[in-house]
Amino acid sequence: MAVAARARTAGSKRSKITSGILVNGSLILICILWVIPTLGLLISSVRTRDDINTSGWWQVFPHLEYATTRTIQLTAGLPLDQPIVVSDLGVTISDDQMRAGYKLPDGKQIKWDNRRARTVAVQEQNWTTTANFTLENYSSVLVGQQYTYKTADGVEKTDQGQDLSGAFISTLVVAIPSTVIPILIAACAAYAFAWLRFPGRGLMFALVVALLVVPLQVALIPILKDYTSLGITGTYLSLWLAHTGFGLPLATYLLYNYISTLPREILESAQIDGASQFTTFTRLILPLSIPALASFAIFQFLWVWNDYLVALIFLGSSQGTQVLTMRLANIVGSRGQDWYLLTSGAFISMLLPLAVFFGLQRFFVRGLLAGSVKG
Amino acid sequence: MQPTTEIDPRQTSTPHVKSWEPGQFFLSLLGLLVTLVVLWWGFLFLRGDFFPDAQNWFKAIFAIVWGVGGVASLFTVSNMLVEALPNDVRRRIQPYIFVGPGVAFLAWFLLIPLLRTFYQSFFDASSTNFVGLDNYQSAFTDRQMLESFKNNLLWLVLGTGLCVVLGLLIAVLADRSSFENFAKALIFLPMAISFVGAGVIFRFMFAYQPVDQPQIGVLNAVLVALGGQPQAWLAQEPWNTFFLIIVLVWMQTGYAMVLFSAALKGVPEDLLEAARIDGASEVQAFFGIIIPLIKGTIITVTTTIAIFTLKIFDVVIVMTGGQYGTEVVATQFYRQFFTNRNFGYGSAIAIVLFIAVLPVMIYNLRQLRKTEAF
Repeated sequence: MAVAARARTAGSKRSKITSGILVNGSLILICILWVIPTLGLLISSVRTRDDINTSGWWQVFPHLEYATTRTIQLTAGLPLDQPIVVSDLGVTISDDQMRAGYKLPDGKQIKWDNRRARTVAVQEQNWTTTANFTLENYSSVLVGQQYTYKTADGVEKTDQGQDLSGAFISTLVVAIPSTVIPILIAACAAYAFAWLRFPGRGLMFALVVALLVVPLQVALIPILKDYTSLGITGTYLSLWLAHTGFGLPLATYLLYNYISTLPREILESAQIDGASQFTTFTRLILPLSIPALASFAIFQFLWVWNDYLVALIFLGSSQGTQVLTMRLANIVGSRGQDWYLLTSGAFISMLLPLAVFFGLQRFFVRGLLAGSVKG
Repeated sequence: MQPTTEIDPRQTSTPHVKSWEPGQFFLSLLGLLVTLVVLWWGFLFLRGDFFPDAQNWFKAIFAIVWGVGGVASLFTVSNMLVEALPNDVRRRIQPYIFVGPGVAFLAWFLLIPLLRTFYQSFFDASSTNFVGLDNYQSAFTDRQMLESFKNNLLWLVLGTGLCVVLGLLIAVLADRSSFENFAKALIFLPMAISFVGAGVIFRFMFAYQPVDQPQIGVLNAVLVALGGQPQAWLAQEPWNTFFLIIVLVWMQTGYAMVLFSAALKGVPEDLLEAARIDGASEVQAFFGIIIPLIKGTIITVTTTIAIFTLKIFDVVIVMTGGQYGTEVVATQFYRQFFTNRNFGYGSAIAIVLFIAVLPVMIYNLRQLRKTEAF
C-alpha cells in the first residue's frame, strides 16, 4: 500500500493505472498457478474413480462438449478405403476424418458412432459439467477392513481399505509429544543460557549454534544402532526422542533469543520475593514466553507431521504404528495409478496441517521471522 | 542477540540461608525412583507387554500422557532433589538441571552420532574392517554417486535460485497490490503440506495417458490442447529433475516471500523518495537501494533453502523413486544404508553431506562470537 502511495507522487495518473493493472494482473496469474495443484487434488478426491481416470478434474467446471443429437445409418458394408458419402448432410469425407471427428460448417460435428455397424453420430456442442461428487474415496482410504463398492456398470466389488484413520491416530501420537517434549527441554535450557552463569555456558551454546545446520542424515545410522540395543526400534518412543533431538538446536536457539530479551526487572523482583529458580521458570518465564513457545510449537508440529525420513527409518515397516506420510508413500509405491486413493489419501494427510496453518497463520509467520535471525 | 545481564546468585538466593535438608532430599529421591518405575511400567504397557490387545486409541492417549507427563515430572522431581541440597551446592548444580537434558539430547542425537558416523565411514560394509578412504574414493567415482552430485548441484542452484528470485518478485508485487494478505496466504499455503503429499499432488499434475485417451494431468492436457504429444514428464532425462525441482519451488517460495516481505516493510520510505526525486527509475531504486538494504535477509533465505536442497529426499522417493536418473545424495544414502546394508559407504555419503554444510556452520559460529553475550 505504502509503495503505491509513493508511486503516485512520482508518475502520472495513467502510468499508475497501467502499473497497477500489471502488478495485480501478474500477481493474480501467479496465485492461480500456485493454487491449481491443490485445487486439482481436492476436486479429484471427491470424484468417482471412473471419472478421475477418464476425464480431467477441470471438467467439473462448465465446459463445451460434443453430445450426440442423432445417428445416421449408412449402407452396411460400405467400403472404408474410399471417400465416405453422408448423403443426409451432403458431405464426403475420409475414414480418418470420420474417426477424428469432422466439423461441419454449422458448428456440428460428425463422427463414427459405431464404425463396424457403419453408424455415424451427429454431435452438437453443449455446455456440460461432469460433476458426480462422492465421498466414497475417503471411506475407502480411511477404513482398515474390507469394504464393498459399486462400479459404474453396477457390479459389486470388494477391496481392502487403506486404514488411514489408524495412521492418522499414529501421526497424532507421534506429533504431540514430539512437539511438547523438545519445547519443554529447550525452554529450560534457553532460560539457563539467558539468565544463569555457569562454567561451560559459552561452549554449550556454541554447540547449539553449530548443530543448527547439521544434516540429520549423519545421525541416523548410529541412533538406529542405539535403538536396536535399547530394544525400542519401531516404537513411538524412538520417534519422540529422535524428533526431540533433531528439533532441539533450533528450539533452544529461538527460545534463547526470546527469553534473553525479557525485562530483567521482573526476574529480579521475583527472586527478591524469594522465588526459587524453578518457580521463576514455571511461573514467570514460561507464561511470558507463550508467543515464542506457540510459534515454535506450530513449526515443530508441522515438521513432525510432515516428516517422512525419520519415521521411515525408526518406525520401520511395523503396520500398527505407521504414520500418514509412510502410508501415503506406500500407496504411491504399490498403487501409483489409483488416483482415487492417492488424491483422497493426500488430502487426509493435509487436513490437520492446513487447519493449523489457517487457524494459526500469524503465529507461524512469527516463528519463521524469528528463525530468520539465524545466520 | 542482545547481551544479557545475569542475575548474581549471591544476591538472588532466598534471603534466609537454607541449609541441607535430608528429609526433603530423601523424599525427592524416593519421588524420582517412583517416577522412573512408573515410567518404565508405562513403557512396558506401550510395548504391549501387559495388554497386547489394548485399543489403539487408548494406547494413543496413554502414550501422549506418558510422554509429555514423563518429561515434566522428571524435571520437577529432579529439581526438588536439587532444591533440597545446601545453598552453595545447589547454586552450582542447578543450572545443569536446566541445561542438562537439552545438552544430553544434543550430544546423544547429533554430536556423538556425527563423530560415530565419521569413524564408521572408514570401515567396510559390515563395519568390521578398516578400509581407509576407500568409501570416500568410491563416493567420488561411482557413476550413480556422480549422477547424484550432479543432480544435487542442480537442486542447489536452480531450486534455491528460483525460490529466492520468485519469492522476492512475489513479495514486491504483493507489497504494491490491493490484495496483499490474500495473495501471500495462497503462496505460503504449500509450506503446510508434506513433501509426500506434494509429491502426490505433482504426480497428478504430471500424469501421463497414451495419446488416444483423455489426459487427466494438467500439464499434458495443456500440451495436447496446444497440439502437442502427451509426455511422460517424470521419465525423461535430464528434464525430470527440473520437474521435481518445481515441487520444491512450489513449496518453498512462500517461505522466501514471507521473509522478504517483512524485510521490504523495513526499507525506509524517505530513502526511496529521495532516489525518485533524483530521477531514479523503479528498477534502479530496486537494485540500488532495496537490494542492498535487505541483503541480510537474502543471505539468510538463500542459506536456509540451500541447506534444505542438499538434504532433499522425500520428493525424489515419492515421485520417481530415484529412477530415470533423478537420484540425489540423500536417496543414495538411504539406498546404501537400507537396501545394500553398506554402513561404511552410507556413513561416508552422510559425511559428504555434512562437509557441504560445514561453511554455514562456521559462519554461524563466527556470528555468535561477535555477539557480546558469549
